[in-house]
Amino acid sequence: MNVNKIALVGNPNTGKTSLFNALTGLNQQVGNFPGVTVDKKVGKLKLSNRSIEIIDLPGTYSIYPRSKDEEVVYDILSNPQHPDFPDAVCVVVDASNLERNLLLFTQIYALAIPIVLVLNMSDIAFRKGKKILIEKLQAEFPEATIIETNARIKSGVKQLMDTLDDGNLVRHTSPKALIAKEDVLTQQKDTEQKFKDINALIKKCVLQDNSTQTRRKVTRLDTLFVHPIWGYSIFLVVLLALFQLIFTLASFPMDLIDSLFGSLSAYLHGALPAGMFTELLANGIIPGIGGVIIFVPQIVLLFFFIGILEETGYMSRVVFIMDRIMRPFGLNGKSVVPLLSSAACAIPGVMASRTISNWKERLITILVAPLMSCSARIPVYTLLISLVIPNRMVFGFLNLQGLTFFALYALGIISALLVSVVLRMFIKTKEESVLLLELPDLKSPRWKNVGITVFDKARLFLVGAGKIIVAISIVLWALGTFGPTERIQNAVQKIEKPTSKNAVQLAAYEKQVNAVKFENSYIGILGKTIEPVIKPLGYEWKIGISLITSFAAREVFVGSMATIYSVDADGEETRSLLEKMKQEKNSDDQPVYTLASGLSLMVFYVYAMQCMATFAVVKRETKSWKWPIIQLVYMGVMAYVSSWLIFQIFS
Amino acid sequence: MMKQTLATSKRGKILHVQSVHTSAISAKLIEMGLYVGQEVEILFSAPFGDPIAVNVGGYVLSLRLNEAALIEVA
Repeated sequence: MNVNKIALVGNPNTGKTSLFNALTGLNQQVGNFPGVTVDKKVGKLKLSNRSIEIIDLPGTYSIYPRSKDEEVVYDILSNPQHPDFPDAVCVVVDASNLERNLLLFTQIYALAIPIVLVLNMSDIAFRKGKKILIEKLQAEFPEATIIETNARIKSGVKQLMDTLDDGNLVRHTSPKALIAKEDVLTQQKDTEQKFKDINALIKKCVLQDNSTQTRRKVTRLDTLFVHPIWGYSIFLVVLLALFQLIFTLASFPMDLIDSLFGSLSAYLHGALPAGMFTELLANGIIPGIGGVIIFVPQIVLLFFFIGILEETGYMSRVVFIMDRIMRPFGLNGKSVVPLLSSAACAIPGVMASRTISNWKERLITILVAPLMSCSARIPVYTLLISLVIPNRMVFGFLNLQGLTFFALYALGIISALLVSVVLRMFIKTKEESVLLLELPDLKSPRWKNVGITVFDKARLFLVGAGKIIVAISIVLWALGTFGPTERIQNAVQKIEKPTSKNAVQLAAYEKQVNAVKFENSYIGILGKTIEPVIKPLGYEWKIGISLITSFAAREVFVGSMATIYSVDADGEETRSLLEKMKQEKNSDDQPVYTLASGLSLMVFYVYAMQCMATFAVVKRETKSWKWPIIQLVYMGVMAYVSSWLIFQIFS
Repeated sequence: MMKQTLATSKRGKILHVQSVHTSAISAKLIEMGLYVGQEVEILFSAPFGDPIAVNVGGYVLSLRLNEAALIEVA
């Protein structure tokens, strides 16, 4: 029989993903299983004359699902009519811990699907003084093909490929039906019986060298990582180093991307014939794409570092020491990674919440994740801080501007925790909150796995968030370009045309015309329409426009401001934007940007969910419109009320 | 006398699972290797004493104290 479709199953931490990567390389696709949020990873194993489809099923300890996401394995393997039902199953087991791993294998063996037993991490088993007698094991499972591999050093992988190619995997026994999904009691009895059988089997098949220390000693590193003082200190240092590195290393490629897209826009403006299409391309599409790509360096770096921390096993220690602290907030130790990621971008953050099996804790994590200040807020904070916060020292050594920056981040974190407490009271669940987590041995990272994770996340961001940001950018461009023709013409005619042919004067005139056009475009009208609503917060219509354009991505605020104040936003010109904004007066001849309105605006940007890409991702992850709408509303109300309060207090 | 559970046991002692209390997660606990007769040993605990890390037949499992309280040991 030709094997065309193979399912990879196994416990978590068995090196299943490494094996999947070793078999398929970058020929991978990430999709979704209908109804659940686990990634459906499908890869192609290229053989000499054909390819085999390999589907990487979510890691699980038992075929009987204990969480919604684990149901995928049960549903596929119990139903030969299922579209993803495989021709053969590869069960990957950790050879150094056969006992627990064989439970899943024996459950699947009984299904009579052609089966390969992959004894992975054979080197670690050897180090632990375990020798597996393959012939004896083979006698116990006569219809399984047994292969020893070490996916880390790729030994045995070739043999596995040949086995899959041969297709000499046949079953003679008839399948035993699985126990019904709901009948947990019978499942439990079956599990207990299976463990008895497995223990008897291990006595026969595994030789234990007793001279080797087999009982796991607590390693010195573990003691350090979970120490009440050292544990948290190390985590704090790791965090600081992580973000320091990300922001320093990312700034160079980000500047490069920024200027690259800037010049591309300018070039297209000059090279293409003037017209609507050129405008759309140069001012709508190109900046839209640029606005997406600019975040890639930070996301890549963040997931590179998080990938290393996860690969080495350090992250599970962080979950371990953070769990007790997060619990009173209705969160889980596992919420740390999603919240951490959200400090770069909420989109991968929300997606990282998939590891939390408890629905309530996952939901709360998703709902508060966008309160963490993401990198798109940085340009906004920077502009506003230099606008209204004096650049001086307090207490002799703290820079007031830096302090404000830090305070905005802290405000996001504290608010996320407080909102969690509130949400905890409102969201009900029958599901038990658990933290049954395997703490894998600490080890050096496998770079290929880190690389593929980074690649996956960057792709998820580009595809998931990218198309929404680009789409909204185009809509906003249209709204900012078009408007009632007569109104625009009238406004433009009011501007005095320069009489001389002086280039500087002409350029200034051009910018003024653009500003007036923008002011009278649909988006300008919209900004003016919402002015009564935002006036109590200390904002006027120009800010209103920028608040609306921020829905594509928050950092667009700066660009919009630059257009309105008819300056270029890039580089040295930011100074002229600052100057213009400082001089701005409202109808009562009072400055618009005061400490009160500036702080109010900063707080607004901390809280408001001005990110449609996050909205879309939350909709996808929660599989309903309800939660993203609740999130949009609660964050909006919080932003409005707090900004109003701040404005009232400081003015 | 109160039965001893994993939540009330001392670190570093070799213990054996006597029974697993019936609860929503008992099937899961057994699947993770905490079946009757299994050898267990508390290795270390997080600050605040919760969760704990337990050696379960050769691998390290972390459990919260309320989960550990379901495992009777001796």
